[in-house]
Amino acid sequence: MNEERKGLKEKITNSDIWKSIFRHGYEKTGRRYTLQVLQNVWLHLHPPRISRHALNFRFTWCMGGITFLMFLVTAVTGVLLMFYYRPTAEYAFADIQALEFDIPFGMLLRNMHRWAAHGMVISVMLHMFRVFLTGSYKKPREFNWAVGVILLLITFFLSFTGYLLPWDQLAYWAVTVGTNMARATPVLGHEGPFAPSDITQANDVRFALLAGTIVGPSTLLRFYILHCVAVPLVASVLMALHFWRVRKDGGISGPL
Amino acid sequence: MEHFLALITKPDNVPILAILFLIPFFLWLSYRQARRTDRTGVPSDAALNDKVYVWPYLCRNEFICAIIIMLVLGVWSIMIDAPLEEPSDPAKTPNPSKAPWYFLALQEMLVYFDPWIAGVVLPGLIIVGLIAIPYIDINPKGKGYYTIKERPFALAVFCFGFLILWIVLMIVGTFLRGPGWNIFMPWQYWDPHKVVPLTNVNLSSLFGIRGETTAIFFGFAVIAGYYTLGPIYYFWKSKSSRFLQELGLIRYIIVSFLFLTMLALPIKMILRLGLNVKYILESPWLNI
Ligand code: HEM
Repeated sequence: MNEERKGLKEKITNSDIWKSIFRHGYEKTGRRYTLQVLQNVWLHLHPPRISRHALNFRFTWCMGGITFLMFLVTAVTGVLLMFYYRPTAEYAFADIQALEFDIPFGMLLRNMHRWAAHGMVISVMLHMFRVFLTGSYKKPREFNWAVGVILLLITFFLSFTGYLLPWDQLAYWAVTVGTNMARATPVLGHEGPFAPSDITQANDVRFALLAGTIVGPSTLLRFYILHCVAVPLVASVLMALHFWRVRKDGGISGPL
Repeated sequence: MEHFLALITKPDNVPILAILFLIPFFLWLSYRQARRTDRTGVPSDAALNDKVYVWPYLCRNEFICAIIIMLVLGVWSIMIDAPLEEPSDPAKTPNPSKAPWYFLALQEMLVYFDPWIAGVVLPGLIIVGLIAIPYIDINPKGKGYYTIKERPFALAVFCFGFLILWIVLMIVGTFLRGPGWNIFMPWQYWDPHKVVPLTNVNLSSLFGIRGETTAIFFGFAVIAGYYTLGPIYYFWKSKSSRFLQELGLIRYIIVSFLFLTMLALPIKMILRLGLNVKYILESPWLNI
């Protein structure tokens, strides 16, 4: 029986189909461990080897990885939500209600998206805190810290643009309050200091953000596109850069 | 009290409760490692610097971590439903109107500064300041391990900014701010008609200055004087301090500007809460 199974396994792993997909065997050698990482598109941003202390939870708190995981969860659940959601003032709220009451697992989907988004905000703040406490921003990682700061802003902005989409009172007023300050931008906001007289509430920075003088249907569409397309794209590019730099700057920082 | 219970169990406030546990936990975890390093003089993980294969060792950790986090997220999503209030209505302003929780430290700053400072200039400087950190912190020690002794100033400044000015203000904004953005203690009733008498005065009138022009000059002088504290300290100490010489004048000016700006927030809070000071400088162009 055992022999038979072994024979079958060998037959499969030696077949042309199998070998066309998986480029390496499964022997327990350093060469194979290296190939496993280098020849896999999902793993190849990792270096083949890292220092032992970087495996420790107590050093990295896993927070960068958790942030990335939360981003992936929101990306997957977000795409699923997009099937059921129309970003217009007529439908937005009703579509969220339909998700809650009519669509199978709609509520769970929405919950996972929202809590993963909140989780991402928590973990990105903790990740930054960890990187500071271990002094990991110091030479040669200065630039990657700067990329990180931009990612921090992007995380906030992703979460903030998504906050409007349910189009309920909570969403509407949180975004109203959150964007009100843009009125007061020096020079570019109509209530800001040093604003030239031809800056009005219909052409200042807040108008550019809201596509209107108050939060309205065009704001909803604008935030939807930012939230679902533009910002995630920028975030993905910057994350790729961020991970690449972690590796090129010599892997996770450590003593020595 | 019921109000407070309703507030802390609001689904959107669960992340803040999580932060309340996570931050002390991670502070404890890193403090232990820092203390070991500082006691022995050797970074606590120095012995673990040999290399291991990413596959399977790191990938296994990532996998386990992902499973645990997905379990937590799954339970969280099954237990707690995302909030959905009434449909939006531009004519019905809730009181209080709050930004999402992660912006509440910024909203809290609005109490103490005009919107152009609290909402635009200070957030901008937070970003610039964060990006500047690696370029102005020239201390080569404490890179890649937890320590307190080797970089006390950097740690103190960052922890003050992050833990007190960001996290604590965020918590205050979420849990203690009620109607009219007034402070309500957990056991107090959220009275929407609570009126807090505003007897705020400008700093100049505290000093007995009446004339408008004099008051403006006084305000400018106080702010200019505050920011020249930095350079004064530099010229006083730079002869004898090797650290300041290495830092150099330009870096020093950036550090002192950012540092004094950060301290301006607690200073303004103390002036407001203790002495009811409204503005330090009130002028036709801008108020600070
Ligand atoms: C979307 C947000 C982010 C993601 C997905 C992310 C992901 C990661 C990951 C996976 C690592 C590997 C080490 C670890 O897990 O700790 C890392 C390292 C690093 N991150 Fe981030 N990060 C993000 C935001 C930030 C922010 C906000 C900062 C700082 C302001 C930052 C600065 C750094 C630095 C300097 C390193 C190298 C640390 C070292 O070598 O020890 N990152 N990041």
